[in-house]
Amino acid sequence: MAIRYDIPEYEVLRDPQRCIACRVCERQCANEVHSYDPDTGTMKSDETKCVDCHRCVSLCPTHALKIVRNPDTLRRNAYWTGDTIGEIYRQAETGGMLLSSMGNPRPYPVYWDKMLINASQVTNPSIDPLREPMETRTFLGKKPDRIERNPDGSIDLSNLPPQLELQVPILFSAMSYGSISYNAHESLARAAKELGTYWNTGEGGLHEDFYKYAPNVIVQVASGRFGVHKKYLEAGAAIEIKIGQGAKPGIGGHLPGAKITDDVSRTRMIPKGTDAISPAPHHDIYSIEDLRQLVYSLKEATEYKKPVIVKIAAVHNVAAIASGIARSGADIIAIDGFRGGTGAAPTRIRDNVGIPIELALAAVDERLRQERIRNNVSLIVAGGIRNSADVVKAIALGADAVYIATAALVALGCHLCRTCQTGKCNWGIATQRPDLVKRLNPDIGSKRLVNLVSAWQHEIMEMMGGMGINSVEALRGNRLMLRGVGLTEKELEILGIKHAGE
Amino acid sequence: MKRVYVNERWCLGCHLCEYNCAFANSGETDMVKALQGAEIHPRIQVEGDNKISFAVSCRHCDDPICVKSCIAGAISKRDGVVRIDRDRCVGCFTCILVCPYGAVLPSPDGHAVRKCELCTDNASGEPACVRGCPNGAIVFEER
Repeated sequence: MAIRYDIPEYEVLRDPQRCIACRVCERQCANEVHSYDPDTGTMKSDETKCVDCHRCVSLCPTHALKIVRNPDTLRRNAYWTGDTIGEIYRQAETGGMLLSSMGNPRPYPVYWDKMLINASQVTNPSIDPLREPMETRTFLGKKPDRIERNPDGSIDLSNLPPQLELQVPILFSAMSYGSISYNAHESLARAAKELGTYWNTGEGGLHEDFYKYAPNVIVQVASGRFGVHKKYLEAGAAIEIKIGQGAKPGIGGHLPGAKITDDVSRTRMIPKGTDAISPAPHHDIYSIEDLRQLVYSLKEATEYKKPVIVKIAAVHNVAAIASGIARSGADIIAIDGFRGGTGAAPTRIRDNVGIPIELALAAVDERLRQERIRNNVSLIVAGGIRNSADVVKAIALGADAVYIATAALVALGCHLCRTCQTGKCNWGIATQRPDLVKRLNPDIGSKRLVNLVSAWQHEIMEMMGGMGINSVEALRGNRLMLRGVGLTEKELEILGIKHAGE
Repeated sequence: MKRVYVNERWCLGCHLCEYNCAFANSGETDMVKALQGAEIHPRIQVEGDNKISFAVSCRHCDDPICVKSCIAGAISKRDGVVRIDRDRCVGCFTCILVCPYGAVLPSPDGHAVRKCELCTDNASGEPACVRGCPNGAIVFEER
């Protein structure tokens, strides 16, 4: 047997005092960590296969299992860490790029956690959302420069560009059918419908069963143009052109053939079992003028009834790019920060490319205001929105709404084991294996998503009420409601906020 | 009348229902104490494989053939639940032979049979298989 250089990352601890050998762990582990020894009547485990997804831990009826970090460490080194050495071993063995999933897990600064929210005291009253009206509804789309009135004095809406109406400023971000399962899509679709918000097909087309959720779907057109046809474009409430993704800016996508099952192949309109490769750029877009052509082609195809979103990754010159997009005819810009998730990305790209969404958002909002084109577009920010406080801070920094995806998957049961690329998701989310897909029951999944977003909505209302603000639209871009802690002058300047105490 | 129903679309074949059933009917308050090292005799059983599986328990038929077949008069239907009087059961197993669902099973003591009584005969309160099902595949509802 060849030498095994790497050390298993985790250890499975089984309490023999508690284990009843019911074999649930064995049946539920797609990585085949657990096995039953009929001779001794006990369970065994092979921790080299464990990805720390916690499916066994969650289902063990006697709480006999624990997954812990393997204490067998290499000699401690602050520079050549165990992870670094392990990656080198893997690459020395395979000769390939390292692949990872979900968002950048590295300890880069989290600016959300360095901003604090204001509250009213004495001089301006706070508002109790349980007693007084509080508006979380918002509209996304190009806003007119001035209000036109009809002869009778009523507001003339006849020239209003198409708008997306959201009951809560949170949308589900793009995740394709193929990267996630049918049941995950159904959960998102049903939750979006119930919440009065939107979900996003990602670049995988819209499964024929889900056209009934069309009023709440944003259909994506990305560089591979998978699953794009007339009916698809007409079905969506909005169309999103995906230029980039926060987890892997500058590169395309690659859905392995193993995930292109019958249904996925039909929905994507590609042959079964073939790899679905999305090119890095759109081959017909090399300038803002080219982008404008696609924006207007899509508008033309849908009779100017739907807003067009352009989604980009947050990169170094994001403000200038956004300025171009705002002039391209797009109605909404979605910016995806470097914490954004993915079903698979080269590890080095995920961990090293892109910039924090907080800085990107502040820079874009400021640039669009300076150029007096902020009303041309709405801004959706994505990439690592973890809770309602992040939502409030994002809106105060200038976002119209946020996209959530990682948080939504966590609500569905994802434990962020970050091995989506293997297609063996034990929680039935990032997999196409029928026996695993059925582990996610959309009755349960959609309920959990509705619960999550409703809970955040309550919290957003409480925080807004505390600030004496009674609508999301009044909070938007209200940077005086934020103060920085532990930030440098430069960071404060980019974020456009004052330091706490100022 | 609420009954236990199983949706095979969501049944994962994890067999947790069997263990929850055995625990509920053990009379113990600690699952480990009740089941560790013991062979379990649940009243619900998962059939099938990893692709399609289905937990089977007594259907509490409208016109139960087991009741008719019982030579000792030990099986009766009360309040919609088919019940067994263990003191009367002589262990002839005729009911096991006639049940079209295979939902009546021999008891480990060999003298009586066991079957689901919707947890009305134990301290569970509601059917333990339903409460413990991780995927909502087993439901207790009116249909």
